[in-house]
Amino acid sequence: MGSYVLRRVLQMIPVFFGSTLLIFLMVYSLPGDPIVALFGDKAADPAQVAALRQKYYLDQPIWKQYLHYMGNLFQGDFGTSFTGRPVSEIMADAFPVTIRLALMAFVFELVVGLTLGVLSGLRRGSVVDTVVLVLTLVVISIPVFVLAYIAQTVFATNLGWVTPTVQDSTDLSQLILPAIVLGSLSLAFVARLTRTSIGENLRADYIRTATAKGLPRRTIITRHLLRNSLIPVVTFLGTDLGALMGGAIVTEGIFNVQGIGNVLYRAINQKEGPTVVGIVTVLVIVYLVASLLVDLLYAVLDPRIRYA
Amino acid sequence: MPDIHDESGFEPHPKPGVDHLDYAGEQGRVVEEDTLIEPDPAKREEARSLWGHAWRDLRTRPIFLISVVLILLLVIMAIFPWAFTDTNPRASDLVNDYLRRPDWTDFFGAGWFGYDGQGRSIYARVIYGARASITVGICVTALVTLLGGLTGMLAGYFGGAVDAVISRITDIFFGIPLLLGALVLLGAFSARTVWSVVIALAVLGWTQIARVMRGAVLTVKQADYVMAGKALGAGTGRLMMRHILPNAVAPVIVVATIALGGYIAVEATLSFLGIGLQEPTISWGIDISSAQKVIRTAPYVMFFPAAALSITVLAFIMLGDAVRDALDPKLR
Repeated sequence: MGSYVLRRVLQMIPVFFGSTLLIFLMVYSLPGDPIVALFGDKAADPAQVAALRQKYYLDQPIWKQYLHYMGNLFQGDFGTSFTGRPVSEIMADAFPVTIRLALMAFVFELVVGLTLGVLSGLRRGSVVDTVVLVLTLVVISIPVFVLAYIAQTVFATNLGWVTPTVQDSTDLSQLILPAIVLGSLSLAFVARLTRTSIGENLRADYIRTATAKGLPRRTIITRHLLRNSLIPVVTFLGTDLGALMGGAIVTEGIFNVQGIGNVLYRAINQKEGPTVVGIVTVLVIVYLVASLLVDLLYAVLDPRIRYA
Repeated sequence: MPDIHDESGFEPHPKPGVDHLDYAGEQGRVVEEDTLIEPDPAKREEARSLWGHAWRDLRTRPIFLISVVLILLLVIMAIFPWAFTDTNPRASDLVNDYLRRPDWTDFFGAGWFGYDGQGRSIYARVIYGARASITVGICVTALVTLLGGLTGMLAGYFGGAVDAVISRITDIFFGIPLLLGALVLLGAFSARTVWSVVIALAVLGWTQIARVMRGAVLTVKQADYVMAGKALGAGTGRLMMRHILPNAVAPVIVVATIALGGYIAVEATLSFLGIGLQEPTISWGIDISSAQKVIRTAPYVMFFPAAALSITVLAFIMLGDAVRDALDPKLR
């Protein structure tokens, strides 16, 4: 187990550097000069531009910029945004909001998605199964931004249950609607994945054995069926937490949640290189750690998997 | 003495519609001609290949037929939009047509779905918007399948160091969420066309296919017929193309079909956020985005492009679902 974790962590290192380098190249080596863009419509003063370039290390070749950035990163310094605010400070403001939103969406998709998946998987071909299949298909097909507007119109404008946009991002009750919208697509995937997995495992020999030796149905389902059926679902959920935070860009925009998605969207539009690189780097780290945890969870769920 | 590398000499070229069982039968005839029972035509029908089975299965599925009809309709719409409407989708009449409500009596006419906030026919814009979505969906999927299929095949077939390098590169790209990466990549371009969106999505999206292909090749590589091909002296290229690829391609096709709908949704999301396609390109995503301003007073401006987009995505996902069910022997 220990050596497996070590090997996985060692494998993560090149992936981490590769992903951050890729993001770095995408942000800094593509056309469009962020420093000139800072001046907007005004003509830029060459001396000022040169000074700013030096301050942000942009006068160096791209590989030197990257090494410089990484060197600072390992000391906990994410650099300074072009507005002069440290990127770590910007992220410290916005990340808690997005984490709250993403966790709420995650719990929602986990509880509702699993329940629907189990119900329809156990009763294939029933009315419940058909309803779940059709509903999830509809949710998968409707893009998230359309879904957000439907939810906003129905629950805020027509029914008046919630405010159309979030006034206070620390108030959990205001985050419920955005969280449901954010989690809905993944919920549909979780439900379908669980349904398929349960359907396959229902025909497995160990289920027949468990039934034959007279175990109560509840025990068969929770101890035997669920535990074995959850493996593909856990894989999906693990990679999904990072995706939820990245996907929050649309939901946060429509519901005016002042989280990482909103900050990132503005930063991309204003060519705020340091902020974009900082946020995406953190998201990549979240993704890498989550996929490591998923691999370790396999061994917990499936005793047949042993890491040597 | 025939050259051992001359494949035409011994390679059984199965005639179309005739599968390997017949070949085994012919082999048997040489050994024990008397006892061989001629394959019954009805039984021969049963012994089709994976694709034959899948096709027979698909033809009877209503979901498959509905999605194919929808997709054909959308493709025709994308190629010949003028066949569906003679209204110019860019013509705007702010004086007479500003936010005019849908007119249900005007079948297939300019006012059928109403007019948007710039006095343009929503029906004509929905028809012309199909081109951008379908082009992006099909081109990204084609590029991704080519790129991912090739890298996955190389990684799975050669293994070892090649696999290690390709798999790490795949991991690197896989770690960057598609929408996020595309936003950053496209944010750098001030002028964006359908092709810049296609390239951005293809560059970031190939990893899924590469992983699926690698897994499939790893399984197929162990098969006896690959060993046999190798033993008979078939070269690397021939083993890959004739023996491994046809047997490893099924999961790739399933994933690619479902992903196609996803790429269309991502394009619309990017355009919606203002970082995808730009005017004067007509795109459902752009139209949905500009409909935000009037959603309270004129929800139909958003409804029609949103419905068109959702139906398109739905059609491709249903097609992928049906193909997967048909190709998955576990479910048969």
